Amino acid sequence: MSTIFGIPPQALFGQLLLGLINGSFYALLSLGLAVIFGMLNVINFAHGALYMLGAFVAWLLLTMAGIGYWWALLLAPLVVGAFGVVLEKTLLSRLYKLDHLYGLLLTFGLALIVEGAFRHFYGVSGQPYPIPDLLRGGQNLGFMFLPNYRGWVVVASLVVCLATWYAIERTKLGAYLRAATENPVLVQAFGINVPLMITATYGFGVALAGLAGVLAAPIYQVSPLMGSNLIIVVFAVVVIGGMGSILGAVLTGYGLGLLEGLTKVFYPEASNIVVFVIMAVVLLIKPAGLFGRER
Amino acid sequence: MIARLLAGAALAALAVGSAQAQQGKISGDVVKIGVLNDRSGLYADLGGEGSAVAVRMAVEEVGGKILGKPIEVVSADHQNKPDIGSNLSREWIDRDGVDVIVDVPNSGVALAVQEVTREKKTIFLMQGPATSRLTGDACSPTGFHWAYDTRALAVGTGQAIVKEGGKSWFFLTADYAFGHQLETDTAAQVKKAGGTVVGAVRAPLNTADFSSFLLQAQSSGAQVIGLANAGGDTITSIKQASEFGLTQSGQQKLAGLLIFLSDVHALGLQVAQDLVLTTGFYWDMDDEKRAWSEKYKAKTGKMPTMVQAGSYSSVKHYLKAIEAAGTDDGPTVAAKMKEMPVNDMFAKNGKILPNGRMVHDMYLARVKKPSESKGPWDYYEIIRTIPGDEAFATMAESGCKLPG
Amino acid sequence: MATEIQAVRRDTAAPARPAMPGLLALAVLLLVLVAAPYVLYPVFVMKVLCFALFACAFNLLIGFAGLLSFGHAAFFGGAAYITAHTVKVWGLPPELGILLGTAFSATLGLAFGALAIRRQGIYFAMITLALSQMVFFMALQLKFTGGEDGIQAVPRGHLFGLIDLSQPMAMYYTVLAVFLFGFVVIWRTVHSPFGQVLKAIRENEPRAISLGYRTDHYKLMAFVLSAALAGLAGGTKAIVFQLATLTDVQWQMSGAVVLMTLLGGIGTLFGPVVGAALVVTLENYLAASNLPVPVVIGVIFVACVLLFRRGIVGEIAARLGGKRP
Repeated sequence: MSTIFGIPPQALFGQLLLGLINGSFYALLSLGLAVIFGMLNVINFAHGALYMLGAFVAWLLLTMAGIGYWWALLLAPLVVGAFGVVLEKTLLSRLYKLDHLYGLLLTFGLALIVEGAFRHFYGVSGQPYPIPDLLRGGQNLGFMFLPNYRGWVVVASLVVCLATWYAIERTKLGAYLRAATENPVLVQAFGINVPLMITATYGFGVALAGLAGVLAAPIYQVSPLMGSNLIIVVFAVVVIGGMGSILGAVLTGYGLGLLEGLTKVFYPEASNIVVFVIMAVVLLIKPAGLFGRER
Repeated sequence: MIARLLAGAALAALAVGSAQAQQGKISGDVVKIGVLNDRSGLYADLGGEGSAVAVRMAVEEVGGKILGKPIEVVSADHQNKPDIGSNLSREWIDRDGVDVIVDVPNSGVALAVQEVTREKKTIFLMQGPATSRLTGDACSPTGFHWAYDTRALAVGTGQAIVKEGGKSWFFLTADYAFGHQLETDTAAQVKKAGGTVVGAVRAPLNTADFSSFLLQAQSSGAQVIGLANAGGDTITSIKQASEFGLTQSGQQKLAGLLIFLSDVHALGLQVAQDLVLTTGFYWDMDDEKRAWSEKYKAKTGKMPTMVQAGSYSSVKHYLKAIEAAGTDDGPTVAAKMKEMPVNDMFAKNGKILPNGRMVHDMYLARVKKPSESKGPWDYYEIIRTIPGDEAFATMAESGCKLPG
Repeated sequence: MATEIQAVRRDTAAPARPAMPGLLALAVLLLVLVAAPYVLYPVFVMKVLCFALFACAFNLLIGFAGLLSFGHAAFFGGAAYITAHTVKVWGLPPELGILLGTAFSATLGLAFGALAIRRQGIYFAMITLALSQMVFFMALQLKFTGGEDGIQAVPRGHLFGLIDLSQPMAMYYTVLAVFLFGFVVIWRTVHSPFGQVLKAIRENEPRAISLGYRTDHYKLMAFVLSAALAGLAGGTKAIVFQLATLTDVQWQMSGAVVLMTLLGGIGTLFGPVVGAALVVTLENYLAASNLPVPVVIGVIFVACVLLFRRGIVGEIAARLGGKRP
């Protein structure tokens, strides 16, 4: 096993910063999951596959059509969102009357199909995706060398998370959405098209996953398996934050990223399981999650 | 022991495979070669379909027949999973009558397959796997390790870099059999040459993001960061090291301990230039190698790695041994293979130790600068020939318990 | 919301009774299994049997207690590691190794179960999933599990010091005996008063509580039993294949066992066996073809969820017993 160093501050800050970058992805993905769960009561097991799809759409746009990163940042989430809308309309909507577990099982099957298809055509090794020219190079922060692109990921994810939170908690549309979550029948009676809202919410949630995929492409390479291991961690994040809580999902996402970073400094071997340990502890103390309430 | 094996061979063949009762000299009236490797993952470029192509070239050269019986080549993907590799090879041998298994990169999978082939007394020609344990404590009477191993890499690259002044080392190690052994063997050579090892960090196979591992390597303050990984992992870690400015400061230097031609091709000379590496084969060394490699390139569009060239060489030798022994019975052919010297485009006067180690010359190479390269695939400058006896462990050193 | 799933379950409760068709089916199954190794590749049938037991154990939980665990790989794979380690490194005989593996899984099941039954439905599924992922990472990093390499070259040894398990047929009938043992345990459990209480909890937990049952205790016991039997299957598989690797503890393995049970029929006794046989056969044949295995599996999964939630055996039972009120 690796040697334990005394902790030089540069290692500490460096790992924390890397943790923040990972946390940005956790936050974006758990935000999408939480939005979907709030409205549909479905845990979207396909979220990791759709994150991967976002990255692949960006890669395909670049290699097939020569469309670069900035356009992909806009187009790939749209494509993934549209795909999500189709899934919701044709498959998922048939299961709302049944036990919610069937939604979980269905999306699990969908994840297998999407990942399996890409794996079949592209193998499991990553396809490189270049960093956009504008964000090449990096900053020497004194304690570490921060590549510009990774800095950008943190900023972009913060902006998107804040904007989503604002839209749901502070706008009229968001108010409808929250109301429909509480009592869909009543909201429908007020003349609001609830099924449409459900579809739109699912589309938006998976579009967030697609966006995260594009952001991840230049860092992690584009690989069919990139989402499958990440998604379990994100599930744990959502359980810790409290399912359905938007703010909880975002804060927990960043928080756990940082915590993982810290663990890498003090006890690297545990960095993979720290999230799950915390989940177990939270469940013992506050079963509804840190920001959740019993439903 | 060998004699006992020979005596028990017929009996063993009966006991092992009910499906393949011995019919004459060639079991099942066909010699079946199974190429088992990573065909879709991070090691697909260094072996993969290329190894199967190289094997088919060897088969074509003997006219597709041996002792009047046809030769068949099958291939499969083990996905870098020991259980899949072990189950596949068991099925191949039990059910499909496969007589020899070739390549099997990923030391973890190779160790699992070695167990099966030892039990079934089937010939196993290893090209892709690196760990020297395959001819050490995990050696088998019918296992052959051909192209290179971790000990040869350590002797070549490890010693060379210490001589250049890289005294203190930190290892970034692929966390499985291969990485561990490469780290162990290299650390031994570094210490022998007067260097020190300050630490190591283990990264899972097929890691997407090495940044936190690289950060640990950086804060160790070591002069040399030894990359004890391979294929896709090596490519990713070298790229990310440059993204995080690890080598720009000039205080630290990367040492790729196992680099294949396909890796250099994927990295590009701009990134890979001046890397020092150890290889068992380079296409542009003499006329014979060039001729074979051009033929290979015509089929695949790429120049062969040492794994692919070794697959050709080992199968060629295997077929010669069948011819000489007059049978495809595993232990008999294995004994014959060890008697005969290996002489082909891959190796000159190669000899096979009782533990299955094929001893041949290895080469220390430096990756050319973009300005030095005359064209595509002109990547290496050979700076030293490492004699086989220096590169590989002797039978006594290996720790193999087979009778010498 | 949950009315239909209960309706489905009520239908499928029929074959759980030890009626004539059930015994007949058992006799046929037994006959097929005794003869199988003479027709099919024994290692393949052994694989089917291990997975069938695994699926039956999983089904005990979802089919008869209504709890969907998405983390059963932890018990299956965890036991495989323990068995492999004790047999290879400690030199224990195979029966003891399997026993220790089973005991380990039961203990792990007690810990996970105590945590997970605090929540229900989706939460239960996600908690079990996350906990099993923890086991996966430990298997990746602990020294004795061998990380990516797994534990290899596990000797099959001699059963009770007498029977040489390196003989394919001896191994096969040992596995068959283990499978039958597990199957009978499940059969007995389902038809015991304990099983009836489980069913009552599945149908209507508040009512079971109001009847004075401490439902958490019952659920935990079912969880531990299910985990132990999954461990029995995993430990046996480690002896058959002579290795224990990460594949057995991955979350995909948890998903595979859900599929097997869903496909065969949740809440039926024979469904998981049929489902496991189909999935393993399919994987085996598809591996040789050019079709992408996960895609086909995924399509079957989706089709099961959307079109026939009763599964194969459940559908057949429903057709046969359709006249029942």
